[in-house]
Amino acid sequence: MHDHDAPDSHLPLEADAELTYYEQRVEAIQALLIEKGLLSADDVRRAVEDMDARSPAVGARVIARAWVDPHFKQHLLADAKAAIATLGIDVDTWSTLVAVENTPTIHNVVVCTLCSCYPRSLLGVPPDWYKSLNYRARVVKEPRTVLEEFGLELAPDIEVRVYDSTADMRYLVIPQRPAGTEGMSEGALAELVTRDSMIGVTQAQEPSP
Amino acid sequence: MRIRVATPSGHYRTPTYIQGKVGVIEAVHGAFRNPETLAYGGDGRPKQTLYLVRFDQTHIWAHAEPVPFCQNDRLLIDIYEHWLEPAPEE
Repeated sequence: MHDHDAPDSHLPLEADAELTYYEQRVEAIQALLIEKGLLSADDVRRAVEDMDARSPAVGARVIARAWVDPHFKQHLLADAKAAIATLGIDVDTWSTLVAVENTPTIHNVVVCTLCSCYPRSLLGVPPDWYKSLNYRARVVKEPRTVLEEFGLELAPDIEVRVYDSTADMRYLVIPQRPAGTEGMSEGALAELVTRDSMIGVTQAQEPSP
Repeated sequence: MRIRVATPSGHYRTPTYIQGKVGVIEAVHGAFRNPETLAYGGDGRPKQTLYLVRFDQTHIWAHAEPVPFCQNDRLLIDIYEHWLEPAPEE
């Protein structure tokens, strides 16, 4: 129930916190660019909207196709952008993309220790933890402990491969196709492919019984 | 190959934790503009060949406090050519 008469039913509105140095700098540059007619406020708004509209659904669609089509998977592993373009997805503005496959003996996980490089075109805006110092510093040094914190325990004989994407490459993990999904449609399979499974901190979801 | 140890002034993309470590080239990504000049309004040319280099976790963290990883766990990292030098003979 929502009681509007109760005096403490809403927190008071507060002014936004003061802008940081870099926020001020960004605002100043943006204001200058608009003032000089190089772009409009609407251009900026639209770019932000486009960025927010990207979601892991694009990546999930690619993974589901790789699960059902071995030829596509081979193409994806050999030349990820070219393979994805065959699905009618526009990859022209993308960074170079490398797909790495999880198998019963190899588990891949991706990080960017220097900043927060991330395949945004496929996965949308990265989660906050991906950008955190904690994840970035620890996953290269104690990957198994970090993965356990995400609920993923790997057998000792599995080779853990941590990819530190320091340069122009963006990495996409192809999670293993869960057991018991043999008859499922590509669309239903895509629902099992989570963002975190494409970063490599979890497996794909099990199908609901 | 061994990763050079250096702290050039300005922007570079070779983390210090990997410097001085010996790894194996896993793949050649191709030539990309050099971020060290690109970051300062340069054109990043000449392009630098970018390699995917593979390291054993047990080698990278050999002198650190023990952490739980298994003998065959690896770290793979993208390194530009000018950061690579021949590994010393065993």
